[in-house]
Amino acid sequence: MSGVRDEFWRWQEYHRIMPNIKWSKNDIITAGVDVGSVGSKAAIMVNGEAYAWGITRTGSNSPESAKKALDFALKDTGLSVSDLKFIVGTGYGRVNVPMANKAITEIACHAKGANYIWGPSVRTVLDVGGQDIKAIKIDETGRVVSFLMNDKCAAGTGRGMEVFADLLQIPIEEIGDISLKVEKEPEPVSCTCVAFAKTEAMGLLRKGWSKEKVLAAYTRAMAVRMANLINRVGLEKELVITGGQSKNKGIVSRIEVILGVKTLPSPKWREGGLDPMVAGALGAAAFGKALYEKAQKA
Amino acid sequence: MITVGMDLGTQRVQVVVLKDGNVVGRAQAFAGFDPTKAAEQAVNEALTQANLKLSDVNHFAATGSAMDMAPYANSTVSMMGADAKAGVYLVPKARTIIDVGAEEARAVKTDERGVMVDFVVNERCAAGAGAFIEAMARALEVKLEEMGPLSLKAERASPINASCVIFGESDVVSLIHRQESKPEIARAVFDAMADRVSAMMHRLGITPEVVLVGGVAKDPGFVASLNRKLGLTVVIPEYPEYVGAHGAALIAATRVKEASK
Repeated sequence: MSGVRDEFWRWQEYHRIMPNIKWSKNDIITAGVDVGSVGSKAAIMVNGEAYAWGITRTGSNSPESAKKALDFALKDTGLSVSDLKFIVGTGYGRVNVPMANKAITEIACHAKGANYIWGPSVRTVLDVGGQDIKAIKIDETGRVVSFLMNDKCAAGTGRGMEVFADLLQIPIEEIGDISLKVEKEPEPVSCTCVAFAKTEAMGLLRKGWSKEKVLAAYTRAMAVRMANLINRVGLEKELVITGGQSKNKGIVSRIEVILGVKTLPSPKWREGGLDPMVAGALGAAAFGKALYEKAQKA
Repeated sequence: MITVGMDLGTQRVQVVVLKDGNVVGRAQAFAGFDPTKAAEQAVNEALTQANLKLSDVNHFAATGSAMDMAPYANSTVSMMGADAKAGVYLVPKARTIIDVGAEEARAVKTDERGVMVDFVVNERCAAGAGAFIEAMARALEVKLEEMGPLSLKAERASPINASCVIFGESDVVSLIHRQESKPEIARAVFDAMADRVSAMMHRLGITPEVVLVGGVAKDPGFVASLNRKLGLTVVIPEYPEYVGAHGAALIAATRVKEASK
């Protein structure tokens, strides 16, 4: 025994600067700060183009988490908070973003961000956050047409997935791939309650199921919940997935199978592309630019 | 005539032995991972109390979520059927029986003979069942049986996300960090459970008398919150956790009588 408990739920915190974008003091530099229940994300835009972002874990204090995320996004850019022309706060903790000029709901920001990342063909956005799941219908400009939300239940949320990762002792960033390592897809578990999963998964393992099979059965059940939400809001192509779970291949591929449509592929964020986890922060920064310009004209 | 009712739940197994309609033995055991063995143990203990042997029993009836794993069973009884039967037997004016167990809550509407008319269940979600109180007690670092008395000391309830055990746990932890008082957090836990149970009840309609049974009926904190929420006083029989087993034993007795006709 090492005495140190592994934290399988822990995902990578990182920051990124897009190398091909330069800024000067005359540019419209805006920021979006998305304080989620699990992750805090901040994005910087130069004239409406993504320039830098940072992703950190949300602490118990929302204002501090907001500051930490924004500092992380600004790291090594040469910019400071005073260079930012407009800051928009969003996410579950949006009212606690002290440096923000305005707060906008995460639904509007994810819609805007999805439109920015994937372009005008996106009509349905599934945002899987730390503590809720939202299915959002948008128009070609990224404006919200309607949405449905599943809150009040951890099944399928990022937090729920973290519990599974810990339970099965599989690093969270690998659970998607591992859930796909089954020869035949098992039936989804009938009970999706994350609290009961703690005992039920143990029961299945004891029955001789492999970790992969247990994870596949749970991931399938979670994907069914998400697909149901999309169907209820009304699926219209193109479909994209934002939020942390967009990185879970086990979820994405199962949703595609259940709905019978392909999602637009996520940018390769590990290889310098945009990250769908910062869609909300990018959308907020884009709103920031529009609001700044409006204020200048007035 | 000797009949035995066995209630195999997710956490515990209860057994009631009836001799000509009167309870002569009662025992319970932790279900653990082998509910069959737990039921054998509880049956043995309850029969020993009554100075009876297995071979004296005319009929064994099993109920509960693990009834398929019951030993000795001659027949099975639905959980709602058992609740209705024993509820009316113990409280003749009972027309609504609420049963809150470790992992499930249900409400049963019954007629004056103890025959189920309608029911609703809240299953597959821990937030409306005893498991919720257990998880929150763990997060609060108090013993399960202390939760009720603790909550009764509160003047108000702290705000928590009470709709999900997973979110509730993290809310409780942050409330502790903010130094909210434990009684107020405990009160919030019971208020939240009562909210869920009462929402379920309203789907069924509430006809008095309302009887509360199941293991959670023994928790004074939950009872206070539920009474407040429903605006009435629920009646609790003396051994609320044995009501399912009692109902199964009563139905076993009718089955013996019918078979001998």
